[in-house]
Amino acid sequence: MEPSLSTSIGKIELNSPAMLASGILGISLDVFNRLYRSGAGAVVTKSLSIEPWEGYPNPTIFSVNGGGWMNAVGLSNPGASNFAKMIENNQDVPIIVSLVGSIPEDFEMMIKEFTNCNVTAFELNLSCPHVAKVGLEVGDDPELVKKIVTTVKNSTSIPVIAKVGLGTTNYLNTVEIAIDSGIDAITAINTVRAMAIDVETQRPILSNKFGGLSGTPIKPIALRCVYEIASKYDIPIIGCGGISTWEDAIEFFLAGASAIQLGSAIGDNWINVFDDINKGVLQYMKQKNYSTIDEMVGLAKKF
Amino acid sequence: MRWWDLQRNSNHTTIVTIEKVIDETPTVRTLVFSDSIMANVLPGQFAMVWIPGINELPMSVMISKESGKAAFTVRKHGLASTGLFNIKVGEKIGIRGPYGNAFDIKQGKLLLVGGGTGLVPMMRLLTHVKSTDDVTVLIGAKSKDEVFFEDLANDLLKNNSHNVIISTDDGSYGEKGFVTDIVEKLVNESHFDGVYTCGPEKMMYKTVQSAHSRGIFVQASLERMMKCGVGICGSCCVGEDLACKDGTIFDGNHLSKNNEFGHSHRNKAGILEDY
Repeated sequence: MEPSLSTSIGKIELNSPAMLASGILGISLDVFNRLYRSGAGAVVTKSLSIEPWEGYPNPTIFSVNGGGWMNAVGLSNPGASNFAKMIENNQDVPIIVSLVGSIPEDFEMMIKEFTNCNVTAFELNLSCPHVAKVGLEVGDDPELVKKIVTTVKNSTSIPVIAKVGLGTTNYLNTVEIAIDSGIDAITAINTVRAMAIDVETQRPILSNKFGGLSGTPIKPIALRCVYEIASKYDIPIIGCGGISTWEDAIEFFLAGASAIQLGSAIGDNWINVFDDINKGVLQYMKQKNYSTIDEMVGLAKKF
Repeated sequence: MRWWDLQRNSNHTTIVTIEKVIDETPTVRTLVFSDSIMANVLPGQFAMVWIPGINELPMSVMISKESGKAAFTVRKHGLASTGLFNIKVGEKIGIRGPYGNAFDIKQGKLLLVGGGTGLVPMMRLLTHVKSTDDVTVLIGAKSKDEVFFEDLANDLLKNNSHNVIISTDDGSYGEKGFVTDIVEKLVNESHFDGVYTCGPEKMMYKTVQSAHSRGIFVQASLERMMKCGVGICGSCCVGEDLACKDGTIFDGNHLSKNNEFGHSHRNKAGILEDY
């Protein structure tokens, strides 16, 4: 039997397991359609806030000598309301709307904006490492996470994912609180707080000084987190962090992820990376005689 | 070129020192630096230029008369471009790239239409034309004060059959009127094998329309807000195209199907705004 790339992340059903990670390319419905045609199983939008945000001045993104990418874009986005209008004609693309906010009411308000949109899921950004009062600062506060997830779950019937990252508290506590508060899935991980200094001018390169490291250098860290979450909790997981090849994708499935997200790989290999990974995964499944992704998920946990 | 230059990671910032500053007009300057990779980029390619402590900007790479050197020609406009404009000899800037595609240069009768610093890729294009090509360069400016690169264009074309036409909106120099009216007249009068344009989007839009509607091959180099320059951030999307990765050069056939070209662009927050 021909293997299938379909995967389910709890109640979320996708035709292929490789999705666009939040923050990447996500501001135009035309681009979403193009990515979907290129083989993305879903696209996650840029993290949306209540008001439009311009983000930090450049430099905001550059590659790091030795591998990986550094960014402090500063969550620039058109605001939830403008964005909802932009995607209201979406028919085909599984869109996962990423949201960022400081208090439960922020999220509740933004979710209402999407009432008339075809949205597959919401992803709560509890892990952006370079903007004050949101992201990791929220994710590191267990009480706040509990309130936000509970409020969000009460305001929508659409599945809700929490994106966690490595902050100052144990991220597994954030995962556990999110699960206890009713979250439907976990995305792990976000970029890792980092910086770069130019030796010639002797100043930090990012205008914000600190940013997030992404790309291949963080893949083993992300994999470890997925494995830890999968070993400890019974929750659907989306793997994110430095995935750039089909072998990487398989590693994440074996560690316990039902789907993966791609970001930096697009900077390295452009959008063909979705198709390349899909083909590689299919080939592997044929060789190993799997008919569904689900058969592989978490297999490495038994060792 | 030194071999290690070719091994440079183009996505990582390289620091260069400004060696010469040329005043082109009261508001436009050309900053010259040594860099063997930037010296040899193809017409239309750009670099991300870091002005330490201020900002980073996408800039088309200007030619230099000296080998191994390149330049950026900047008009002071916002905070970032003014920061670059004020860079002095001996000061350092960071560059990454080159990024983007290049003009597909046809042979025969060519028309180049540039406005403001949009002339930069046009000048580099002139260094790639064949001596048998008949080249018309159309330079649009608001007034006489703002005309630059006229002598350079004539000099680069000294071995070609050529014509450099200046038009100013106020008629203080060259022909009076909009450059796009002259484009319309030129493409109406004679056949061109290729039309190339870079400058204000309305100017490019009309130029593309004039040429494309007559079946003439035309390319425009689009300018959009850019953060990464490498297809990650999405800031520069024009419909389904990314200016940095799919462009910045697009041909008339493609542009005629793009609903945003000539009409709207995205601001820093990603909100679509009309031109």
